[in-house]
Amino acid sequence: MDCHTSTAGKTAVPVTEKTVTIALAGQPNMGKSTLFNLLTGLNQHVGNWPGKTIEHREGYFEHNAIHYCLVDLPGTYSLSANSPEEVIAREYILRERPDMVVAVVSAANLERSLYLVSELICLPAPLVVALNMMDVAEQEGLHLEADVLQAALGVPVIPMTATRAAGIRELLQEVERGLKGERHLVPHLPEIRCDHREALEEVVGYIEGHVPPPYPTDWAAMKLLEGDAEMTQRIRAGLPADCWEAAHGVLEKHEDAYLAIASGRYDWIGRMIRAAVTHPRIGQISLTDRLDRWATHPILGLFILAGILGLVFWLTFTLGAPMQEWLVASIVAPLGAAAAGLLAGAPAWVNGMVVDGIIGGVGSVLTFLPIMAIFFASFGLLEDVGYMARAAYVMDNIMHLMGLHGKSFLPLFLGFGCNVPSVMGTRVIESAPARLLTILVAPLVPCTARMAVVAFMAPAFFGAQATLVSWGLILLSMIVLVGLGTLLNRVIFKGERSAFIMEMPLYHLPNARTIGILVWQRSLSFVKKAGTIILAMSVGIWVLSVLPGGSLETSILARLGQIVAPVGKWMGMDWRLTVALLTSFLAKENSIATLGVLFGGGENVGLAQTLADAYSPAAALSFLTVSLLFIPCAATVAVIRQETGSWRWTLVNIALLLVISVAIGAAVYALASGIGL
Amino acid sequence: MQTITPTLPLAELKPGEHARLIDISGGKGIACRLSSLGFTPGVDIEMTQNYGYGPLVVTVRGTRIALGRREARNTMVQRDLE
Repeated sequence: MDCHTSTAGKTAVPVTEKTVTIALAGQPNMGKSTLFNLLTGLNQHVGNWPGKTIEHREGYFEHNAIHYCLVDLPGTYSLSANSPEEVIAREYILRERPDMVVAVVSAANLERSLYLVSELICLPAPLVVALNMMDVAEQEGLHLEADVLQAALGVPVIPMTATRAAGIRELLQEVERGLKGERHLVPHLPEIRCDHREALEEVVGYIEGHVPPPYPTDWAAMKLLEGDAEMTQRIRAGLPADCWEAAHGVLEKHEDAYLAIASGRYDWIGRMIRAAVTHPRIGQISLTDRLDRWATHPILGLFILAGILGLVFWLTFTLGAPMQEWLVASIVAPLGAAAAGLLAGAPAWVNGMVVDGIIGGVGSVLTFLPIMAIFFASFGLLEDVGYMARAAYVMDNIMHLMGLHGKSFLPLFLGFGCNVPSVMGTRVIESAPARLLTILVAPLVPCTARMAVVAFMAPAFFGAQATLVSWGLILLSMIVLVGLGTLLNRVIFKGERSAFIMEMPLYHLPNARTIGILVWQRSLSFVKKAGTIILAMSVGIWVLSVLPGGSLETSILARLGQIVAPVGKWMGMDWRLTVALLTSFLAKENSIATLGVLFGGGENVGLAQTLADAYSPAAALSFLTVSLLFIPCAATVAVIRQETGSWRWTLVNIALLLVISVAIGAAVYALASGIGL
Repeated sequence: MQTITPTLPLAELKPGEHARLIDISGGKGIACRLSSLGFTPGVDIEMTQNYGYGPLVVTVRGTRIALGRREARNTMVQRDLE
């Protein structure tokens, strides 16, 4: 996506001719986001790369009267076609021709992080290296000379510590100097290992003159030798048959050339580092090693993870639940009353739609914002200190039961907050089948809204055993999740497995700004959803709940409930509980609101007790079970459609969860009534 | 005196042991991904954590990388003898 064209209509930022576009490149865990957030603050636009479900962030800032558009390229280890992210990053640089590319590398991990630079330096765009994390390098006892590295690379190198905003001014100065053409460094390019040099020249000879723009011939030849499927296809399409035959012959003979190329790049890196780094002997056991002795232990690690999870829940509900109640009592309820008063003269349907439909639906969903914000902040904190990679690591064994690997645990964990970011978070999974499978089981993670329903009803029915019942229900959800995943993996995905390769970053102090912006963006997208899809659905459900007669008892919704009531009976539920369950499709906690309306309580404090008098504990247990396992809410369905790109899989997912929840609900009811609950 | 050291799967290294990378099998896609992370022939690999089952952690070029056991079984190395 091009800054100049794409942003013109979408954002308030004036994009003038003078806007300079800078692409920010870097491997994961290099502090790229910290730098991006530091430069652009909240002046960001988050979307998707066109046609892809990969996050595209761009931000704007001004410095010395120059307007900058900063494009955050996906964090990638290289620019091969190993993943769609890598293709996006290189296509952007080659096609959109940013005025400058800033490569973020870590001073504490120079060898690995220069690998991306060894690829970027070969692309036809001016490059500046931001040598980040100087503070971490210092702590580890590493001594780096940025100017020596600069001389060796032939590319400007700016030392900085983004978490402390150190070196930012120098970086922008350097960018400006580069824009004005005041830099006359000649980059020193890496070379392929000598045993494949001839092959490279041969390939160049065959494809010369046939390489489609914007790809440089040498670069394209290198990618062919690397066995890059994407580039091979592009080049082949533009090549006369005999040239392709000849080139193909060379490529087949040098099938392992990618190793020679990678080795050549690392040799080049080795030369750069020998010049710039004085590497002291590392004798001491680092903090990371010490923490990992516990955190990544196969058994202890699981207990630590469970402990951290418990703490996050406890924090979320202890802090969040009172805030939610406060929002309901002091904002949503008075707002509803005020709206009812204001609309007293309006037709009754307008009044009903605004008060019950919009304020009742959207308003009650929005009251979950504090709970979610606390959860997202906890998650962001764990991610930022580097713990989430450990969580993924210790969960790898369990995820293997489903043919998934540890990385799939990360989006699922996020699902405890809300399933919507969870489904979107599956983007971290490289393999498409593994990603789809993760999406299909993701709605089984009980989100905060569902937990709120449990927290509301369990105490009235189960008294002192409420906590036990709640944990039991969570455990049941997890068992069903693993069971469904295992089954789907066997039946649909035929036991396919993807490779588990994941960097374990060093633990480091969290950055409040990074976490803050993360929470802000997740909350913002939730509020946006509340304002669009949830709003539309609220009104829709409200219409169904009043037509044709004007009262819920005789409405289409109630009739629908009565039609499916026989199914509800298997689960020990009458039509009211069934309707409550149906309305939970709009938003999970709606079932409580619906029961409130059906029992005429409205904001009645005693609703939980009323319910406890009306239903047996067995029915309540079955209702809560089904609530946890039921079809995903409307917002989640929308993102499942968006992320899978397929209505078929979306409907399969809904059908699966419907069948599972009804079957397990019926079983729980039979079992619970059997033991006399 | 030079001893001939046999190649063995990376998964069999004990924590703290070093070895040199010989070959990665199990598909070019994986080999390619690993090579860009620094797993090139001849590179020194240190086993950081290995409990004999489940995933393991190695240190390559100063970076800790978690690998699935299957990936570690498909990676052949040669132990350093000193």
